Amino acid sequence: MTMMKLPFRPSTRCINRPAPGGAPKFISTDSENRRPRIESRILGLFLVIMFSAAALFGCASKTSLAQGNEELTVFAAASLTEAFVALGDVFHAAHPTVELSLNFAGSQQLANQLSEGASADIFASANPAQMDIVRQIGRVEKKSVQVFACNRLTVIFPADNPGHLARLSDLAKPGLHIVVAAEAVPVGAYTRSFLDKAGADPALGPGFRQGVLNNVASYEQSVRAVVSKVALGEADAGIVYETDVRAVEDGAIARLTIPDNLNVTATYLLAPLVDANQPGAAESFVQFLTGPTGRQLLSEYGFQTDCAGKP
Amino acid sequence: MSESVFPQTGRQESIAQVSLSQPRDLWRLLSLPLLLFMILPLVALLWRTTPTAALQQLGQPAVWQAVLLSFQTTAATVVLTIILGTPVGYLLARHQFPMRRVVDTIIDLPTVLPPAVAGLGLLMAFGRRGLLGGALDILGLEIAFTPLAVVLAQLFVASPYYVRSAIAGFSDIARELEEAAALDGAGGWQIFRFLAFPIARTALLSGLVMTWARALGDFGATIIFAGNYPGRTQTMPLAIYIGFELNLDVALTLSVILIGASFLVLLTVKWLLRRTP
Repeated sequence: MTMMKLPFRPSTRCINRPAPGGAPKFISTDSENRRPRIESRILGLFLVIMFSAAALFGCASKTSLAQGNEELTVFAAASLTEAFVALGDVFHAAHPTVELSLNFAGSQQLANQLSEGASADIFASANPAQMDIVRQIGRVEKKSVQVFACNRLTVIFPADNPGHLARLSDLAKPGLHIVVAAEAVPVGAYTRSFLDKAGADPALGPGFRQGVLNNVASYEQSVRAVVSKVALGEADAGIVYETDVRAVEDGAIARLTIPDNLNVTATYLLAPLVDANQPGAAESFVQFLTGPTGRQLLSEYGFQTDCAGKP
Repeated sequence: MSESVFPQTGRQESIAQVSLSQPRDLWRLLSLPLLLFMILPLVALLWRTTPTAALQQLGQPAVWQAVLLSFQTTAATVVLTIILGTPVGYLLARHQFPMRRVVDTIIDLPTVLPPAVAGLGLLMAFGRRGLLGGALDILGLEIAFTPLAVVLAQLFVASPYYVRSAIAGFSDIARELEEAAALDGAGGWQIFRFLAFPIARTALLSGLVMTWARALGDFGATIIFAGNYPGRTQTMPLAIYIGFELNLDVALTLSVILIGASFLVLLTVKWLLRRTP
């Protein structure tokens, strides 16, 4: 070993090093005696703050549900976020005793959670496949499932257009960075169907589908992650729902329309759960959502409601 | 370990053993709930995975690509951490300078921040529109959505564990030793290479293992900064998350691989550290 050649052996590990600043060890024992007390005081203060915060929030959440109010838990697809928050406010104004608890995530995550036994009153899915999963495990009855809104796909790109997109066929240009949703996410599955349709379209040519797939830089976890990465300018383009364009208000993104003959219609399905804790409130929420007020609010957020009815 | 309650003459520890045996049982009992709580999910994961199904999943490109990418990127992270983190550890342990406490706190920050914050920060710094985006563009460097982004994300969240451990290791070295070495004519580099480094080796190694384990498990920083593309940026944690939604067997298989690899590495290092005094 090279160490042996040295004139010293670094083996005396137990030598006490003087405290930084050169103070001898015996003086520093004083500060060492003092330190635990300061530390326990800090710890004490920390615990007091944590407990009082917990107590405060505990009281707050108790009072909000105290006077016989019902809590209605709605599991809704991520793309419904803005619309459902607005709908929830209007619904709460009409039904003051019902507290709405909205849980937004990718429909596939919600279906997964429901399959694992999560407690909810209503499930609003962005595609039939995820509703089928919940129906197959018996938590939703076939007769109670209904379509309440529709959505379509659109191409979005950063407002300054770094990829120089002018038409749909530009998406297959080599070197472009496209971000789409993963196949497990409903919008990701719709994106695949759009690409399949476009691949069969003579105007775009057979190479279009593969060209676009070659440009995919990332398969994101939710439609909103796609929107964010395009709005940040990290990607040259993304494929999302038409309603998502409205979620970005500061003009950071622009859109490229997908023609009707190539576009895919996303259907949103709604059903109360069989084992709902608040079946009455769930029923009135479904009626509200499919009634005139609900429809109007949904269309204000860019959803189509003329497709509503039985699936 | 001997659990005899009878005093053994000629052994110093036997007296302590007798008086401690009652409380020790109590401590064992009190330790049980948390230990069970931690073991149970691991057992449950193994329970749900059959070896044949796991082998079948390993044949899928998405699975072995994720495994390969995870080990490649974490290896790069570990190497970069040694090269870039050792000087920081030595500097903070050995030198006083203005704002030292601030620098020390900056090193701690990534370990307490949610990884998603790290991912966002990296995106704002190294993304195309980020602070350095223009400069990187001129150099023709693209970071987002590449394996390099995965490594940077891991480096950010995981390297502080090594630096922290290195500071502790280097601080333990007696000043007198270094002074003696300097008196004997050792230069600054020689003191580091032949004295500080060998003595702190244990601390450096254990810090490095923590860095590796943290890098292997990172999800939040990677998915925000590097994105998710099979074979390019989809590491094991990302593939597990996707697998949970698309194919549960994939997620289970990868989870078992992650648990097995982490357990073996941690155990091996503990064994190595016990052997070298």
